[in-house]
Parts: sequence; structure tokens; C-alpha cells
Amino acid sequence: MKVITAENLTKKFGSFTAVDHISFEVEQGEIFGFLGANGAGKTTAMRMLCGLSKPTSGKGMVAGFEISKNPEKIKANIGYMSQKFSMYEDLKVWENIRLFAGIYGVPDKEISHRTDELLKNLQFEGQKDALVKSLPLGWKQKLAFSVAIVHEPKIVFLDEPTGGVDPAARRQFWELIYQAADRGITVFVTTHYMDEAEYCNRVSIMVDGRIDALNSPQNLKQQYDAANMDEVFHRLARGAKRNSD
Amino acid sequence: MMILLGMPVIQIILFGFAITTEVKNAEIAVLDLSKDEATRKIVEAIEVSEYFHVAEYVHNTKDIDNVFRKGRIGLAIVFSENFYENLLHTGKAQIQLIADATDPNTATTLTNYATAIINNYQRQIVATGPVPYQIVPEVKLMYNPQMKGAYNFVPGVLGMILMLICAMMTSVAIVREKEMGTMEVLLVSPMKPIIIILSKAVPYFAISAVNLATVLLLAVFVLKVPVMGSLFWLILVSLLFIFVSLSIGIMVSTLTSKQMIAYLISGMVFMIPVMLLSGMIYPVENMPAILQWISHIIPAKWYIAAVKDLMIKGLGVQAVLKEITILFAMAAVITAISVKKFKNRLE
Repeated sequence: MKVITAENLTKKFGSFTAVDHISFEVEQGEIFGFLGANGAGKTTAMRMLCGLSKPTSGKGMVAGFEISKNPEKIKANIGYMSQKFSMYEDLKVWENIRLFAGIYGVPDKEISHRTDELLKNLQFEGQKDALVKSLPLGWKQKLAFSVAIVHEPKIVFLDEPTGGVDPAARRQFWELIYQAADRGITVFVTTHYMDEAEYCNRVSIMVDGRIDALNSPQNLKQQYDAANMDEVFHRLARGAKRNSD
Repeated sequence: MMILLGMPVIQIILFGFAITTEVKNAEIAVLDLSKDEATRKIVEAIEVSEYFHVAEYVHNTKDIDNVFRKGRIGLAIVFSENFYENLLHTGKAQIQLIADATDPNTATTLTNYATAIINNYQRQIVATGPVPYQIVPEVKLMYNPQMKGAYNFVPGVLGMILMLICAMMTSVAIVREKEMGTMEVLLVSPMKPIIIILSKAVPYFAISAVNLATVLLLAVFVLKVPVMGSLFWLILVSLLFIFVSLSIGIMVSTLTSKQMIAYLISGMVFMIPVMLLSGMIYPVENMPAILQWISHIIPAKWYIAAVKDLMIKGLGVQAVLKEITILFAMAAVITAISVKKFKNRLE
């Protein structure tokens, strides 16, 4: 079953075309990597799919709803974790979980049960009463991801979720992503890190607002005769005209 | 939190120090019961001075009360009957100066200037005539007989505190969410944007209501400024003003995504004009026309005027209908702008 389809999705800001007629499909339970240099249009494309931004032209379906007609319905079916680590730093761990669970519509009765489950899964039981700002960045990111899927959405959008942490912490984070995908949650993730691209089922590479390549990491490496994803990326990105910002 | 709740207490004490200011072209009313040579000359002298402008000639004592209620004039001069006759025959004549003392500084200044002009005229006729004439000005202060500064600054502090807390704190709180990235997460959630904004505004509405109560209680029990008019309308008008300030705060938050800039905008664009142009420290009448014109678009000016009328002068709600209408219109316009801005940002 396809949970995301984009057909010629385009976003223009004045005369600048941030996203230029992109088309792709994502299957349920898939881990879909969305790659591109800074300024290639990844975040804009993701914001359109989340219903935060209206497309200039083209069509997109997310979780069975048209993005320009039913953004509110889409919002009820997705989770989102932004580039900035975004939780309330001066609230405790459990307070953040309760707040976001409530905002995302988890019934009151279930909140405490899900909080316990979430903390147990992360092995964070001891940190339940810690302030979020006292946690190391890698932990905050794992917590933010768990909170983004606390309401069991169909799809979770991750916008550069692992910025600023070492490869070991990134590996741990990806274990959580695999767990979510196993439960049938579709993961749509943007990243800079090419080691992460290898973990995805399929990746698309955006250059100057267009999708220049879309395939499994394995096939892409063969296609471009490259040893790893880093090389694939650099061959494609060399053709970019936009300056990275 | 301590700052938010403690600030009104500190400010109301700080502003106990009044600031003396000069008055120019103050509008006054004249009740001339004798209409003779002497009264005409005194009125002329007053009219040509740069301090006064005779805005109204009234015909009986009751009218004086009415013109004060309209709030345009700051001083009324009453000449007793047979003024010149008395002056010539008994050597003594009476003038009554009635001042609106809700702003004690201005009232003092006005009566001093008027007395000086009258004394000047007295010296002129004493120099020409053989008999020592004496004109006795009698000063009467309306609304605030003890000339308490508190009568003036309580409405001002109210206006400033409410503006500060509602506009500045609301804008900073919303912009802070944007800066931390939590705003985006909230926007992606199934909650409607209007609910998010409302839930940010409600706590500050509550804090402002507490501040309103604190300032009023301090004013009544510590500074002994009585609430002369209807407490109900005073609170209702205050809540309306809080609403205007909250919508200003939300508007500022849609203009920027940096807390620092939100502080600066609320501080420079809203706070300073409120302090300087609302008539709280300097009387608006003395300002150059352009500044007076600008002062009309400052919500606090209308609010402070309404509080003075309701609280100090004890006038009924019909006296502040104009202020209420203006505040309502401002609230509507600002809310409309911020809703539109907020939507645009999502595009």
C-alpha cells in the first residue's frame, strides 16, 4: 500500500522555484531517505507533505488525504520531528511526553501507560523526572523521536534528526527507526550523513529542487559505479548550480 | 513569575515621584457673571498669553460642571457679579479658579499661571488709580482636592503594566516557541493554529487580571485613591484593554522569529510611546500637533483617559463610550491583521 504519493509537486517563492516538479511514491513500512545538499529543497518538500505549506502546483497524497485539501486530516495521521531538537527544555521528561501525547490526541487514560512503555523501551526509567535540558543530545534526540510516534501515526517525518551527534549515537537512533518500521510505521527521513543513507530501504537525491536519483542504496551504487553512497551523492551534487547556504 | 507579579508593586512606588511639566495652550472655560471692563481686560490678557486658549464661554455654574465632564478643559475662571464695581468701590473683587486636579501637576501649573496673569493686571490698575485695589483669586480643585500625585499615576501605571505584560510577554512567549522549534511541532499536530495561539495568550490574560487586582488594591488601600465610579465598568474596560494588548503581542510575534527582536519591537514601538505619549507623564496637550496626532493611535492613551474618568472623576459609562468604541475598533483591526499574518506565514 502506498502511503505517500507526490505528482509533479512544485513550490515557488516568487520567482525562485524551491521544489521543482518532484514525483515519487513511498510504501507502507518503508524507510525512505530524502537526501540533498543544504538548500536543495528537502525541508520545503517535507513541509508540503506535512500540510505546513501549500504547494504551488502538483498533487500529493499522504495517508490517503490530498495535501492541499485536507491538511488537518493529514496532521492527525503523522508524527514530525524537526531539525532543531524541539521539546520543552525546562519541563521534565515525563511532562514532555504527557504534553505531546495530549496534543497529538492520545486519550488521557492511555497516557501514563504509554509513558511507562516508552521510557522502558528507551531504558530511560531512571530519567523520568530529569529536566530535558540536562540530557545529552543523543538522548534528547531518541526521546524526541519516541515522542513523535507516541500516538502511533501512519507516517513519521524526520528532518535531519541526528544532526550533531557521533556515529555511535546515530546507530542507536537508527535502531529505534527500525523498531518503528517493523511496527508498520512509514519513516520519511532527510539527512546529510551518507552512512545513514545506507540504512534506508530506498533513497532519493535532490539537486536544485529536482529529484535526480531514486532507488535502493544498493542499486544506486551499482548505477553510478560507486563504492559507497558518499560517492554517489558527490557525483550528483557536482552538477548543482545553487550555492549551499 | 516573581517579576511579572512584583513589577506593578515596584512601579507604583517608583512613579510616586511626580514630574513637573510646563503647559502651553491649555483649553479653559470662562464664566463671566459681570461682563464689565475689568473682566474683559483680564480675559484678553489670559487669551493673549501663550499658556491659555479660551475654548468655551459658559453662562451659569451648572455648565461649568458639564464642560469639565467633557474632559476638554483643564481650568475654568469664574468672575463674580459686579466685579468692576466691587473693585472700584470696596477695593476688593473675587475670582474663582476651578482646576481639574486628576492631573495635579497640570492643575498646579494652570492655576499658578492664571494667578500670575491676574496679579499682573492688578498691578497695572493699582499703578494708575489712587486706591489700593485687591483681586482675590480663590482656587478650587475638582476631583482631587488634596492634589495627590497618585490620582494621576495610578491610571498610567495600570495602562503601562497591562501593556507590558500582555504585549511584550505574549509576543516573547510565542516567538520563543518558534526559536526552540517547538512551534513547528505544535503546528504539525492536529491542533488548530488558533487553539495554539489562544493557549499561549490565556496564561498572560490570567496574570494581567491578577496585576489589575493588585494595582487597584494597592491604589485603594495604600495610596488611598478611591474608585469613584463603577468598579464593574472599570474592570470591564481594563479587560478590553488587556485584550487589545494581547492582540498586539500576537501581532508582534507573527512579525519576527527572534526573541530579541520581539523584545525590541515591543519595547521601542509599544512601550516607549505608551510612557511618553499616553499622557501619563507629559500632558498630551503640550505636545506638537504631530505627536498629538500620533498619540491617538496609542491604545493606552484611550485606556488611561477612560480609567481617569471612571476611577478618579467617578463618571458613568456614557462618559467613556468614545474610548470604549476606539479600543474595540483597535482590537478588531489588530486581531484581523495578526490572523492574516499568521496564515501567510504558514504558506
